[in-house]
Amino acid sequence: MKEISLNILDVAKNSVKAGAALTTITLNETEETLTLIIGDNGCGMSEETVKNVCDPFYTTRTTRKVGLGIPLLKLSAEQTGGSFEIISRSQEDFPDDHGTTVTAVFYKNHIDFTPLGDVVFSIVTLIQGDPDVDFLYTHNMPQGTVSLDTRELRAQLGDISLAEFEIIAWISEYLKEQYAELNA
Amino acid sequence: MKSLAELQAIKEKMQNKVALREGSGEMRVVVGMATCGIAAGARPVLSAFVEEVANNNLAGKVTVSQTGCIGICQFEPVVEVYEADKEKVTYVKMTAEKAKRVVEEHIKGGKVVAEYTFAAHNA
Repeated sequence: MKEISLNILDVAKNSVKAGAALTTITLNETEETLTLIIGDNGCGMSEETVKNVCDPFYTTRTTRKVGLGIPLLKLSAEQTGGSFEIISRSQEDFPDDHGTTVTAVFYKNHIDFTPLGDVVFSIVTLIQGDPDVDFLYTHNMPQGTVSLDTRELRAQLGDISLAEFEIIAWISEYLKEQYAELNA
Repeated sequence: MKSLAELQAIKEKMQNKVALREGSGEMRVVVGMATCGIAAGARPVLSAFVEEVANNNLAGKVTVSQTGCIGICQFEPVVEVYEADKEKVTYVKMTAEKAKRVVEEHIKGGKVVAEYTFAAHNA
């Protein structure tokens, strides 16, 4: 993947496929590190599956949702000297509190750090693809925070789909304005 | 600065428009957005379709959606066009530029862009 934002788009789709009503994408940035946390309240995975998801050759038809996405994200974090972790609670074992959280830490000054890239583009693409589930996006930087909560948009829009072009365009502008404000 | 309250105005404007569209949607553009598609550049391809369909006022007739791996990863980005009573058309190795041409010639004009199809690449 040429940009971390593409890994975000790819891996966040696993959350949607796991039936998550809410997928939380958080970026915590310092001068030296970038920490990506993708969390969801989807069906979760068994301990056995979690052990295997980082193996690119593990994929079988029943775990088709895993594939190469996770190994690629893990690689891009670890090649910067960073770390990668998946914690999951399956719906079967934890009926009241289930879901998966993926955490990747990148060292930004490492020569093998892939740029974050156009994360706004990825967020709007996620929303366009699955307009009926919710996303909470937060990017914490030393100079401030950019955020978007689709539940707040939905409260304003009622039954108008978030996938409508006018809405997608508005979301994109809304996020870009927040970044421009912080970087001014 | 944009505020969430602006969405109210957009909503009112759109309600009429969306109501007009109901019952239509005879054409579907599906973009492969699995790991293979994303890595090969599907994100700008999808966005080009969404934008061109909107700019050409085709949203009533055409829906643009995302799907997983179509199974021909080496030909990604892959786009499938479905139309009632017609055979599915599979476009391969797509770019945003090619997407514009597909909207213009195929979606609007009804003429398949043969050189971008899987059949042309696989011949």
